[in-house]
Amino acid sequence: MIASVLAVGADGVVADFSQDNGWIVAAKAVLVLICALVSVIIAIWFERKVIARLQQRIGPNVRGPMGLLQLVYDAMKLLLKEDINVSRADKLTYIVAPGISVAASLMVFAVIPIGGQVKIPFTDISTPLQLTDFPVAVLYILAVTAVGVYGIVLGGWSSRATYSLLGSVRSTAQIISYELVMGMSLVTVFIMSGSMSTSSIVTAQTDLWYGVMLAPSLFLYIIAMIGETNRLPFDLPEAEGELVAGYMTEYSSMKFAWFFLAEYINMLNVSAVCTTLFLGGWRAPWPLSWIGDGFLNTGYWTILWFLAKTWFLMFVFVWVRGTVVRFRYDQFMRLGWKGLLPVALSWIVILTSVRAFDEFTDRRLESWTVPALSWGMIVFIIAWYWPVRKEPEEVPEEPVVIDAFAKGFPVPPLPGQVLPPSPRAQRVSVSVAEELEPLQSKEEQ
Amino acid sequence: MNNGLMMTTAEQFLFWIIGPIIVLGASALLFSKRAVLTACSVMVTMVGLAFLYVGLGSPFLGIVQVVVYTGAIMMLFVFVLMLVGVDVSDSFIETIRGQRWAGVLLGLGLLVVLSGAVFRSTFTFAIGTDAASNGNNAGAVAHLLFSDFAFTLEITGCLLIIAAMGAVILTHRVRLTRPITQGEMMEIRTKRGMRLTPPPAPGNYARHNAADVPAIDARGKIIEDSVPSALRMRGQVHNLRGLPQDLLEDKVPPTRRPDAAAPAIEAGTAGSSDSAGPRDTGGPPEPGDTAGPEVKP
Repeated sequence: MIASVLAVGADGVVADFSQDNGWIVAAKAVLVLICALVSVIIAIWFERKVIARLQQRIGPNVRGPMGLLQLVYDAMKLLLKEDINVSRADKLTYIVAPGISVAASLMVFAVIPIGGQVKIPFTDISTPLQLTDFPVAVLYILAVTAVGVYGIVLGGWSSRATYSLLGSVRSTAQIISYELVMGMSLVTVFIMSGSMSTSSIVTAQTDLWYGVMLAPSLFLYIIAMIGETNRLPFDLPEAEGELVAGYMTEYSSMKFAWFFLAEYINMLNVSAVCTTLFLGGWRAPWPLSWIGDGFLNTGYWTILWFLAKTWFLMFVFVWVRGTVVRFRYDQFMRLGWKGLLPVALSWIVILTSVRAFDEFTDRRLESWTVPALSWGMIVFIIAWYWPVRKEPEEVPEEPVVIDAFAKGFPVPPLPGQVLPPSPRAQRVSVSVAEELEPLQSKEEQ
Repeated sequence: MNNGLMMTTAEQFLFWIIGPIIVLGASALLFSKRAVLTACSVMVTMVGLAFLYVGLGSPFLGIVQVVVYTGAIMMLFVFVLMLVGVDVSDSFIETIRGQRWAGVLLGLGLLVVLSGAVFRSTFTFAIGTDAASNGNNAGAVAHLLFSDFAFTLEITGCLLIIAAMGAVILTHRVRLTRPITQGEMMEIRTKRGMRLTPPPAPGNYARHNAADVPAIDARGKIIEDSVPSALRMRGQVHNLRGLPQDLLEDKVPPTRRPDAAAPAIEAGTAGSSDSAGPRDTGGPPEPGDTAGPEVKP
């Protein structure tokens, strides 16, 4: 097994960067940066338009064609607003925190393959449409995301405000919990592709996308990615009804805009990672990949497929936001730890056993084994969590009043037992009377 | 020591940039007063080390260092520190007697053992990470872990599982009674004729935003429930001097009485100047404040 793993990734990455020189790398880096920032602007407009349609409104339509210039106005407003500093804040961390968030979110796109191998116009240089790739590129994405959390945590902590602190505590707990699920769904991809480099994973999906082959992983990833980016229905760190704006409460003007920017770049990042790992990356979707001997899978065409898939996932983000209501915090944590994590773990165990069978015995698995297993798993999950109407529980008999001090020391009442009414229980009766008051006053009228 | 490989210029460049940052982070760890900042400086040091690992040709080690230490362990530290207190600084009180001397002694012991190990070890001819890991860093580490060090790995795994089980057992709590679900709560409220929604927030936003000022509903009636019950019981509900008189008497909505509105608002502005802003709810209520008709005895 070890030998075969080594053979799969002997040179580490599939993409061929041999013809890149310093200028090309610099140009690619600048292009990636500009693309990310422009995408954020488009994403905000896109979200406002789509969510408006979902809510039967029109959305921004006054400034510019189809309201496109609204974003310029919004951005200018954010830039020109007064920058309020909290005087009691921990100055250094307060200012650095938004920077950490943005920097970390911008670093992810360095390893995302936006397209295949292309020839740069007017030259003979052939280069992949990807800034860089190395054998542990997907782990690098996880590492950078982990550092990005510090922006949120330190931002909330340094503001010295309760809402901010609560927001950042929630965010930390949330991201740690859901990163676990996300990491496990990524591990299944590593197991099947035998590599952690993004370009190799895209190449490994030539025949079948991992989204189809490892459907449970895709399912887990999509839920985890919404949790990771703090988006509705999982936007508990910044839930307006509870925490004003969570960790961003004390931030204004440009510093707030940085957090805002980081959030949208993070949305793009997780969508791009999902595209790369599960939806075949820059490869053309199935019927199109047959046209003309697969020429749609070459050259600059590949950017189109990558963008189409990524923006479809962005649409999913907005769609979910416009459809599902916010979770309560305990429901959210229960979903993560008691719902998704056991599914992810058992799926890894199943997949590893299948792979071990393939590696350590003479029998070779059929190509349909893993897809069949994964869709069986999906059916099983749906059947397992299918909502069942619970039988109404038997109404317990009249609770027994016990003497808590019967044996000399106080004992708490067991189920079905109650304590005798406390002589100090006046407060309770008053509050009940208050609750009944509206009813009585209605009757009087 | 037998050093077979020379550092390239790029490696030296990286080292001389990252090195000072690591030293800075490590000294901040020792000298910073605030616990959260200490944790952050550990993070800086570790990310710096990760850069050096990647520069030295072992990207797997570098990135795992960030994922595990910076992403998980230090984050948990920061998490706990934030929960414990925003402003906790080092305390110099010894909780166990003589712990400082014991700590110093143990530290010195560790130093002796480690330096013994370092100075006695002999280095073989360095071949470089690329050659050692056959071009596949992650694969080579996996090979080593699951062949030569498989037992160590299993033992470490057991240790971690025991720790996790311990955490679960220590924090587990058996519920004596069944929790009331949201649905049941609503059922009780409906049956008793209680308010189904959360009570409206106190304060009417045109004039007062304090917790002791009751809210006003759409018809201009005062909603007593909006003031927290503790304030109501203590008789510390604001007497609403800032409000038009006809609202207090709760007779006719102000829009129907344009003639009465103007003097009422005037009176309101005069009254609001001395009662603006949240009052100290802990103190005894002033006699003037409790005289209003909306105050419960």
